[in-house]
Amino acid sequence: MSTGRDRVLARIRRALADAPEAPEPTRSYATTHTSDDPAAVLDLLHENLADYRAVVHRTTEDDIALLLMRLLAERGSQSVLVPPQLPPHWLSAADPTRIHDRAVLTPADLDQVASVVTGCALAIAETGTIVLDGGPDQGRRRLTLVPDHHICVVRAPSQVVASLPQAMPRLDPTRPLTWISGPSATSDIELDRVEGVHGPRTLEVVLLTES
Amino acid sequence: MSAPTARTSYKNGANSTYLGMPSFPRAAHAAVRDTTLRANLKHATHTIRDKRAKAVAELGDWADLREAGKQIKDHTLRHLDRYLLQLEEAVTAAGGTVHWAADADEANRIVTDLVKATGEREVVKVKSMATQEIGLNEALEAEGIAAYETDLAELIVQLGEDRPSHILVPAIHRNRGEIREIFTLTMSAWGRPAPDDLTDRPADLAEAARLHLREKFLRAKVGISGANFMVAETGTLVVVESEGNGRMCLTLPETLISVVGIEKVVPTWRDLEVFLQTLPRSSTAERMNPYTSTWTGTTDGDGPRAFHLVLLDNGRTDVLADEVGRQTLRCIRCSACLNVCPVYERAGGHAYGSVYPGPIGAILTPQLRGTASELDASLPFASSLCGACYEVCPVAIDIPEVLVHLREKVADQGGKGHRLEKAAMKASGWVLNHPAALATAERAASLTRKAHPRRLPGAAAWTNTRDLPELPAAPFRDWWKRNRTS
Ligand code: SF4
Repeated sequence: MSTGRDRVLARIRRALADAPEAPEPTRSYATTHTSDDPAAVLDLLHENLADYRAVVHRTTEDDIALLLMRLLAERGSQSVLVPPQLPPHWLSAADPTRIHDRAVLTPADLDQVASVVTGCALAIAETGTIVLDGGPDQGRRRLTLVPDHHICVVRAPSQVVASLPQAMPRLDPTRPLTWISGPSATSDIELDRVEGVHGPRTLEVVLLTES
Repeated sequence: MSAPTARTSYKNGANSTYLGMPSFPRAAHAAVRDTTLRANLKHATHTIRDKRAKAVAELGDWADLREAGKQIKDHTLRHLDRYLLQLEEAVTAAGGTVHWAADADEANRIVTDLVKATGEREVVKVKSMATQEIGLNEALEAEGIAAYETDLAELIVQLGEDRPSHILVPAIHRNRGEIREIFTLTMSAWGRPAPDDLTDRPADLAEAARLHLREKFLRAKVGISGANFMVAETGTLVVVESEGNGRMCLTLPETLISVVGIEKVVPTWRDLEVFLQTLPRSSTAERMNPYTSTWTGTTDGDGPRAFHLVLLDNGRTDVLADEVGRQTLRCIRCSACLNVCPVYERAGGHAYGSVYPGPIGAILTPQLRGTASELDASLPFASSLCGACYEVCPVAIDIPEVLVHLREKVADQGGKGHRLEKAAMKASGWVLNHPAALATAERAASLTRKAHPRRLPGAAAWTNTRDLPELPAAPFRDWWKRNRTS
């Protein structure tokens, strides 16, 4: 008996028997819509993140610890999830109890944690997107999914690109990637936009200027 | 709701037909009388339409992106066997298992067996048109497995024992008061009840859904999804979403099963740079949707430990075999064509009698299912051929061309006085009898669209059987008005 695989492949080949050749695509589209100036790219990222209701902050290595302390305090978080290799000084001034991710933590455990602080792999200015790739300063995907408050730190300019065509070669598709553009949202009820359904309802992005 | 037989027939789901669905014109008549539905639809389609135009205008190279998207899809489809095999190899190498399903029954059996093998009795699902098309929820239910839809709109549809009416906003036919009532009455039977004092504010309704579903996500062991794209060279799957329920279903369960149409494959990772620009802008009119997840097989210590990909044919190879119709398989399900369609706006999604409403449904459904039933035979006639759908389509599917082609096929198959021909004529008549909305859209389109359908409605075989005169270049409706009485 032939398998589903054989049958589907045979049908495809039959369907295409007389099909004309279809050449490799031509890519006449732009590789970027933005100027090369890193400051302009960063401003665009800031603007687009804010446009999709992420709360955006700017800081430096010297001030990041105080900023994160303040953001967590303002949120009133009692606990904060910490990925395996978050730079230790980022949270050196923060008050909440640090929860370090361990394999035994269940989704229900994570649901008890108020906030999570991570780095990222990349940010894309034109779309206002941050991309996580599960690197050691981000941890596994569920860490940034279950808590209701996500603070994501983007290093500028090294982690910021202007456009999607610039982003693709810098991302590793063999890693699980999460692309985030603003907090979760729905327009399912009469097209009224509601921020926050299942993902973190508050997304804060910290643009960290490298010296 | 408008369609009287909807409830029971939806449950009959397997292989996609809403059994007992009236043909397009009858269902459309009911929809036109339903003023809530019409007001909601109009508001929805116009809002998204205007926003989309703005989002598209931001990109000066939109025409190039559209052309590249079209070419990537055409190239992939031309070598579909090769790219699917490459995909299979890459997914397998990354720890996944690939299954092939020739039709809906096979796909349902594969998924049902996989779920049973886990010993679980419930699954969480993220919106997937492919699984709706094959009636997976009903197949699972028949085996005693509960499938929970987790998109807000799908939840509304599922709890309301209803059918989706729009690709992107499937519950657009429900207003906030109805949603509150559905939640209050039904949530308790499925899990965490709605709060006693639930109001009809969208934020409160969304909060009720969040709490109701969170309980399910946190304990879920099996997740079921579709995918927007599959990358052959890397074995990567892509899910584009807004709410985060997709991330929940893709990340928290131990087993993930993705059911994906074979036409969703693209050759390279780089190809996504085109579609991730065109899909969100065409669909939700955003620069980028809130969440996109990509994954390749399984990853140690992160996400599901088992991943199964079910590649679904279910009529797609028949579409592929049709030289005019095969362009339909380029579709990335953005729903832009629904939002500009004057017929869809009047008739509502349910009139199309399948999970694929609007212009894309009018060409996809009759090709996937054939045109043996009156409903399916009438679908290619549910259009004024104004061409607005082609204008907005991010992969440049010439929907009017395919519609005309399918009309010819229906005509060939029926013949004068045949019941299929009658159904078709009724659908045309319905379109023609709703002049106000249609005429405006049509004129606007004929001004903008140089490439109007190459052959006008009812070309060749169809016109011959009807003894109609040569068709002038005027809009179809004007032409019809002038000629129908003679
Ligand atoms: S046919 Fe084109 S416009 Fe319509 S849903 Fe498909 S891709 Fe979008």
